[in-house]
Amino acid sequence: MPEISIKAESIFELFGFHITNSLILSLIVFLLFIIIAFVYTKDITASNKSGFFYIFNAMLQTIYGLFESILGSNTKLFFPVLSSFFVWILFQNWAGLLPGVGSILVKIEEHGRILHVPLLRGNNADINGTLALALISVIMIQVFGIKFLGLSGYLSKFFNFSNPINFFVGFLDILSEFSKILSFTFRLFGNIFAGEVLMTIIAFLIPFLAPFPFLILEIFVGVVQALVFSLLTTVFLSMAIAKHH
Amino acid sequence: MNADAVKLISVAIAIGLGAIGPALSIGTIGSKAVEALGRNPEAESQIRTAMILSLAFAEAVAIYALVVALILKFT
Repeated sequence: MPEISIKAESIFELFGFHITNSLILSLIVFLLFIIIAFVYTKDITASNKSGFFYIFNAMLQTIYGLFESILGSNTKLFFPVLSSFFVWILFQNWAGLLPGVGSILVKIEEHGRILHVPLLRGNNADINGTLALALISVIMIQVFGIKFLGLSGYLSKFFNFSNPINFFVGFLDILSEFSKILSFTFRLFGNIFAGEVLMTIIAFLIPFLAPFPFLILEIFVGVVQALVFSLLTTVFLSMAIAKHH
Repeated sequence: MNADAVKLISVAIAIGLGAIGPALSIGTIGSKAVEALGRNPEAESQIRTAMILSLAFAEAVAIYALVVALILKFT
């Protein structure tokens, strides 16, 4: 059986800061993200646009329509951050499927033992990456809730002293804000890490042709999870900025 | 039974029992969505959005069970 590690391994240390294998791939995808953003912005004003621009534009238009059906007139304000969530998670998920990710091993020394760990690892298969995304998403929801309803208006959703039932419901709402972080984190991490384990096991059992349908499944799962993350953020956002009755 | 056998059985039980509820709920969500689509084909995009969201919630439960099983297996 190939060795599967549930946490990302640190490859080397930089000023006491652990550089993990998931961080390395994350940085590569980050650079790709920036390059694509620059090419796209340059193509907006160019007179003859590249095919890449149209493909990317079609994708963004589709998800704009999806967000618009939930957020309505506020879509323009929130679209940059929501689509960034979508594209970022999509790229991270797909980067984890590239050949070489998880299969190129490097030698590191840990506690006097020599270990072979993968040089690259999908960022969303590391719980720190998904936790960061979940924290950004949930804190952003709170901030925009306060911005749209005012501090007292927003807090009155959670602290309602009109009768005991409303007080208890408000208490449950506070709990649900924290469970959102947990469910965002584990949904994305679980899906992508499970996909990685599945690919490893299948490639170990039948190396030839058998992993191919699972690879297609993983590409599909990557899209669905990116969509689910950004759609759930949209729905929670639209609930947070709505006036309470 | 030795410790390894208990560990393997606990992994299998964790994911096996944890998959029952989400399986039933995903089946229900799919059938209801298709039913709604049959009644009202114009509302396809709204039905799809609601269906994907509720699928995500149902699937998350199975994923929690999977994470528990994976942690038991690989740590």
